[in-house]
Amino acid sequence: MCCGESEIGISDDNSGIMEITDDVPLGTDIKTIYDVDDIIFEVDNKSLTNRPDLWGHYGIAREFAALAGRELKPLDVDELSVYDDLPSVDMKIEDKLCKRYSTIKVENISRSISPVNIRIRLYYCGMRAINFLADLTNYLMLEMGQPMHAFDSRKVEKIRIKRFDTPFTFKTLDGVERNIDENTLMICNDNTPVAIAGIMGGLDSEIVEDTTTLTLESANFDAASVRKSTVRLSHRTDASMRYEKSLDPEMTVPAIGRFLYLLKKYDSGAKVVSRLTDEYAEKFPPVTLSFDQSFVDRYTGIKIDSETIIKTLTGLGFKAVYENGKYTVDVPSWRITKDVTMNADIIEEITRIYGYDNFEVNTTRSPLYPVRMTAVKTNEEKMKDLLVKRFALHEVHSYVWAYNDELKALGIEIEPNIKLANATNPNIETLRNSMIPTQLCQIKSNVSYAPEFGIFEIGRVINGVDENGLCIEHKKLAVTLFSKTSDIKTLYFRLRDIIAALASDIKHAEPEFVRAEPSHSYEHPVNLNKIILDGRDIGIMGIVHPVVNKNIDKKANIVFAEIDVDMFAESKDNGIVYDEPSKYPSIDYDLSLDLPKDIFYSDLRKCWENKGFDILKGTGVIDTYDTDTIHRMTVRFEFSSNERTLSSAEVQEIINKIISNLNDINVVVPNMIQ
Amino acid sequence: MDEKILKMKEEIESKLSNVSDLLELDKLRVGYLGKKGSITSLLKGMKDLAAEQKKAFGADVNKLKEFSAEMIEKKAEELKKLQVEHEIKSMPVFDISAPSKYECGSYHPITLVQRQCETIFKSMGFTVEDYSEVVTDYECFESLNIPKHHPARDMQDTYYLENGQLLKSQTSAAQNAILRKYGPDLIKNGTPIRAIFPGRCFRNEATDACHENTFFQMEGVMVDKDISISNLIYFMKTMLSEVFRKDINVRLRPGFFPFVEPGFELDISCLICGGEGCPSCKHSGWLELCPCGMIHPNVLREGGIDPDEYTGFAFGLGLTRLAMMKYEIKDIRDLNSGSLRSLSQFTDDE
Repeated sequence: MCCGESEIGISDDNSGIMEITDDVPLGTDIKTIYDVDDIIFEVDNKSLTNRPDLWGHYGIAREFAALAGRELKPLDVDELSVYDDLPSVDMKIEDKLCKRYSTIKVENISRSISPVNIRIRLYYCGMRAINFLADLTNYLMLEMGQPMHAFDSRKVEKIRIKRFDTPFTFKTLDGVERNIDENTLMICNDNTPVAIAGIMGGLDSEIVEDTTTLTLESANFDAASVRKSTVRLSHRTDASMRYEKSLDPEMTVPAIGRFLYLLKKYDSGAKVVSRLTDEYAEKFPPVTLSFDQSFVDRYTGIKIDSETIIKTLTGLGFKAVYENGKYTVDVPSWRITKDVTMNADIIEEITRIYGYDNFEVNTTRSPLYPVRMTAVKTNEEKMKDLLVKRFALHEVHSYVWAYNDELKALGIEIEPNIKLANATNPNIETLRNSMIPTQLCQIKSNVSYAPEFGIFEIGRVINGVDENGLCIEHKKLAVTLFSKTSDIKTLYFRLRDIIAALASDIKHAEPEFVRAEPSHSYEHPVNLNKIILDGRDIGIMGIVHPVVNKNIDKKANIVFAEIDVDMFAESKDNGIVYDEPSKYPSIDYDLSLDLPKDIFYSDLRKCWENKGFDILKGTGVIDTYDTDTIHRMTVRFEFSSNERTLSSAEVQEIINKIISNLNDINVVVPNMIQ
Repeated sequence: MDEKILKMKEEIESKLSNVSDLLELDKLRVGYLGKKGSITSLLKGMKDLAAEQKKAFGADVNKLKEFSAEMIEKKAEELKKLQVEHEIKSMPVFDISAPSKYECGSYHPITLVQRQCETIFKSMGFTVEDYSEVVTDYECFESLNIPKHHPARDMQDTYYLENGQLLKSQTSAAQNAILRKYGPDLIKNGTPIRAIFPGRCFRNEATDACHENTFFQMEGVMVDKDISISNLIYFMKTMLSEVFRKDINVRLRPGFFPFVEPGFELDISCLICGGEGCPSCKHSGWLELCPCGMIHPNVLREGGIDPDEYTGFAFGLGLTRLAMMKYEIKDIRDLNSGSLRSLSQFTDDE
């Protein structure tokens, strides 16, 4: 049977028919000649980011060996000391961002296409075969996790690793012209850049068809520098991904040994013409950890015996001994670059191999103490309950920034406030200083929901910055009511009752409302009120400005309130003060009052409150009558005493005083009803 | 018996039989038995009678009086009974199958899920903390073992503000403050730190059905002398079983987060199939739920707590994700939409 490589799924080459060597008899299963029989283990590995050693198959094999309790086979490598008498490669590290640079030179390379098995493996690992030397560097990178680069020796004779003071352009082997700045580490042939360190080689020095001599790079670069260069160049490669993880610099030389072993295996004429040339500029200091059994016990909460611990750590390549209840653990070089540097790190090594599924699950033994919730937290929950259960409002969530487009559409001005520095969406650059505009946008999107509804949210606003330049953040409760069926007065009074209910239910207190001057484009200038609780201004309530209102809905009435949740929580809770009902009859006395313009109930109260009228136990408005010219209010006064039956004379005396006080503020009593 | 008495008796009997309501009956009673009633006036005529007749006449009038009173009382009972019967009969049958006009408010689904989690943790001695939405670089990164230029900062696309502060990208930003708030009590009195802190978090990313730039997390920490991985698994399993109201299996996989060591990804047995494997869990039987781990010694140290003496665990539960899982909300954007068609459905779920 004749077929192409792409047809049996070992490469994407469909240019011709595969040639199988003559010594294979007809009818032989292709799986016995080529490694095409693939077994896939799916390894879930979320910690890859932090494990440079797991970016090569050998590292994964080490994990498997430890998990299975089997021995990890060493890799076949070429012995490099035999070349010690050969001349060195001219190489020098001139920048501290290069931690180690190892190189060797090989001549007389005749093979240009990789053996089928190598090509198959590369293909299975998601890489394309290019040429023999490039394939071998990639193979090594996949196998050991060490990125390598093969230079044509004709182009690279004097290796220098450095940065340049002035930016320039450089064409990488993918043919792309890239801008190199003064922070990017380069590999150079003397002063000519030939590769971007740790990222990609240059087009001019790459292996080509007639290349027969090779200078091999096996190096180690500063992880952060590679990462930053990658971001600057917007070019992430298989090599840079590995360097970013802080690779083990100890790996560069064994990788060369492994490369030469494979090179000579498949191209027996290849001849090493230099000694290993290796500059190890910066070593990671060795890490030795010591801890006792109780440390492990305390962290795990279960018993893992010393034999298991030693076996696990040894399997993972740690040198671990247990003596006199103490563990001494030398961390292998491939783990000290990043992830195992202290005792807590060892716990993970022990427990993940032990298996979290095998953990006995235990509760804690801790002393008991009362748990107290903050006033803000408890108040907030009560607010939500009241608003939902009693007033049938709907809780919504929103964003902490102003919605520019939506606010503009409503005719609400976006007020200056601190902005996001890196918002990708211009619609959301300014942080909000009030939740009311947010809620009006949400009302707008809900106008068809129902003829009458209300929403609320407890959220955050930012009111500029303080003297240290830090944001002043406030937690607010915003309530907005919408109605096509209630008149504006009814709706506004409903909102007033909601605010009063919050204060009364949660704080056993009565809020005061003080007329406020408008300061925002969405506020109706009339009937705007500050909400005063416990003597402090904790919020605002009002009617939506007619312009904004019409932009939302021409036929609806909309009212809003916003209160500071922290200030509300800080205000005094008066608690329940029990007033024993009198055993003596009480006397009700109703006064019908004609109020001049600009006189409000809050003014009337001053005529009888805090005047020492001990027997006046309560007051209430039982009726109001309004026309264009008359504003009449009927107030009921309740008199009683716990000691005696009151006489009508003493009640009348107080009523007379009240009437006199009322007359002082031009309130007249047209007739008296008892 | 005197003829007048007999006649009156007959007259009363005849009138009574015609009375049809209580008001009429009362008039009748007053007409015969009242102070100026007919029976009373019979007695007034007694003075013309002879002495021996007087006695018999008087007795007969009294008999008539008693008899009449009795008859009227009987009639009254009868009429009252009739009236009740009439009231019952006249009550129409209501159509209570007609839709109720009761209006009910709604909680945001995040509030519901958050409350459920809080209730469980409160019952296990955890306090509930609150934290600002704008935080400093120190709170969000440095104090959490994520120094400047650490690659972990790239993992999260953070919203920075003009003044260098940022919108917290994770509730862990409150960890340092919580450790500092409760650390002294732990060290002085041995009161374990047990706290959860739910809050809004922000990530600078494009939104779609699965991604939001504003979402809720709930962080939890526990620090004491001997807090272990075993305890962490216990608390997560217990809490999640309570939240989902069924026995939940959890599994830990190693995960990397700079502020924990060791760090884990916690999976729960699939809520749909219970672990058998189904399309919801991509046939694995598990759902990835939350990162957790043992608090990194550097984080404890930064919070003023000696890591050689104390250990602790921390977890970050995605409240938004939890709410979506629990209520099968498909589009994450519904949560911040303010759309009452969606949100008004969440009346209560204690």
